[in-house]
Amino acid sequence: MQGQRAWARLKYQRAAMGSIRLYLRFIGMSFRSQLQYPASFLMMTMGNLTVTSIEFLAIWALFTRFGSLQDWTLPQVAVFYGMVHTAFAMAEAGARGFDILHRWVRAGDFDRILLRPRSTVLQVLGLEFQLMRVGRFAQGLVVLGWGIRNLGIALTPMQLLLIIGSICGGSLLFSGLFILQATLSFWSVESLEVVNVATYGGVEAAQVPMSIYNEWFRRFFTVVIPLAAINLVPLSAILEHPSLQGVPGWLAWLSPLAGLAFCLVCLKIWHFGVRHYRSTGS
Amino acid sequence: MKAYRSMVKMRLLLLLQYRAAALAGIATQLMWGFLKVMVLQAFYLATNEPQPLALEQAVGYVWLGQAMLRMLPWDGDLEVQELIRNGNVAYELCRPVDLYGLWYARALALRAAPTILRAVPVFALALYVLPESYALRMPSAGGLLAWLLATVGALLLGCAMTNLMNISMFWTISGEGINRLMPAVIVVFSGMLVPLPLFPDWAQRVLEILPFAGLMDTPARFFVGQLAPSEVWVFLTRQFVWTVVLVVGGRWLLRRGLRRVVVQGG
Repeated sequence: MQGQRAWARLKYQRAAMGSIRLYLRFIGMSFRSQLQYPASFLMMTMGNLTVTSIEFLAIWALFTRFGSLQDWTLPQVAVFYGMVHTAFAMAEAGARGFDILHRWVRAGDFDRILLRPRSTVLQVLGLEFQLMRVGRFAQGLVVLGWGIRNLGIALTPMQLLLIIGSICGGSLLFSGLFILQATLSFWSVESLEVVNVATYGGVEAAQVPMSIYNEWFRRFFTVVIPLAAINLVPLSAILEHPSLQGVPGWLAWLSPLAGLAFCLVCLKIWHFGVRHYRSTGS
Repeated sequence: MKAYRSMVKMRLLLLLQYRAAALAGIATQLMWGFLKVMVLQAFYLATNEPQPLALEQAVGYVWLGQAMLRMLPWDGDLEVQELIRNGNVAYELCRPVDLYGLWYARALALRAAPTILRAVPVFALALYVLPESYALRMPSAGGLLAWLLATVGALLLGCAMTNLMNISMFWTISGEGINRLMPAVIVVFSGMLVPLPLFPDWAQRVLEILPFAGLMDTPARFFVGQLAPSEVWVFLTRQFVWTVVLVVGGRWLLRRGLRRVVVQGG
């Protein structure tokens, strides 16, 4: 009995290890193929960096004219901006497979994934890890670092950890949105851009403090898609600002977990979608 | 002339087929418009000084940008680019019409059809449905006429840019680079990102000289009344000069590009 249980546990562990190893293999393959043309890769990355930096150019231009955003300073806004852009870049790179899944579904290629004796999530994640997203990540990180340095407060290690945790939470949240978009493609391969309102729109919305928005808008990004939980709420433990008063401390420290919870819910929906997948039959 | 006219008509009919995509696009545009408007409102709250663009004008400017988004030359004509890439451009050379003119006619339809689909609902919502503080205001008759003229000027200018992007394919072949780079340039210098009058004062001269302001900024400023309708001739001339420069340059490049083309028999 004892031995049997130990055996089962061992088998489970080996399967899990195997999955991780397989995923790393997939990623390695993807890296190698992207680096096959180094010049092209470099240009794509620089392009990504330039195109995504433009968003900060807009914020900077408006700050030079108006001085402040409501009563937020530029370094404070830079922290919001940097956090959401780094989080989104990680999701874009890692969950790219879900972003392009509709092509597989349209062509009926999803059957191939279903036939293999591995989890669908693992295989879709392994489709591609888009390295060039490092461009967005780098500019977000630079802006975040600049913002933190110029806040005028010294961060404790715990606060720094909270920022990193929020970025990870945000990355999970955006990955969840990509998973939802992929799940939608089981029912319709058209008009998927509607999801852009939540993904790219979410980045656009969360790159400045969301307290400046209209009530109903803020509620959408707090309750429906918990974007506030991965920047506005945790930052209340760090930044001094009247609109952040009244957020209980424990909530600020726990809220990044909302990203994880959101992602788990999306995975549940994904599994539901997979069961309802119908191949094109060709 | 008849050949070009039927080219525009055929492309228009084809592009008007995609209505579901247009609906999704309108939802996206509304969301973007709201975001931009709310950020601008928050910025204007920070100051009491008079700005080169009043808040209501800035709000209107944002909606005009959203409505006319698809008219901007974001990329070349993908089908023409494909023709150049795979060599089928040889067939185009057999047609008894001027190639530059033919592609220009295609570009006109390519920009006009989606713009009509997008602009009508966005205008209707922004003018008549949205609450006062988020709304676009109807201009005076003079302002409307100036806007209309400047919009035509913007369309002609944008198509000259589209053609230039097509022609660059004779040298770059892939077209990836230009199709990725142009959106970044256009979004900044046309006023799509931030209304051009709100950029720092020292940047204004440069923004004015570049051709991109004529794509979006110029018509929008007439609509919201930041420019007086009587000034329209100055700005039309500016758009026109740039259009002529780009068309002449494009024709010259096309001639040079075609000289390099080697068509394989088959």
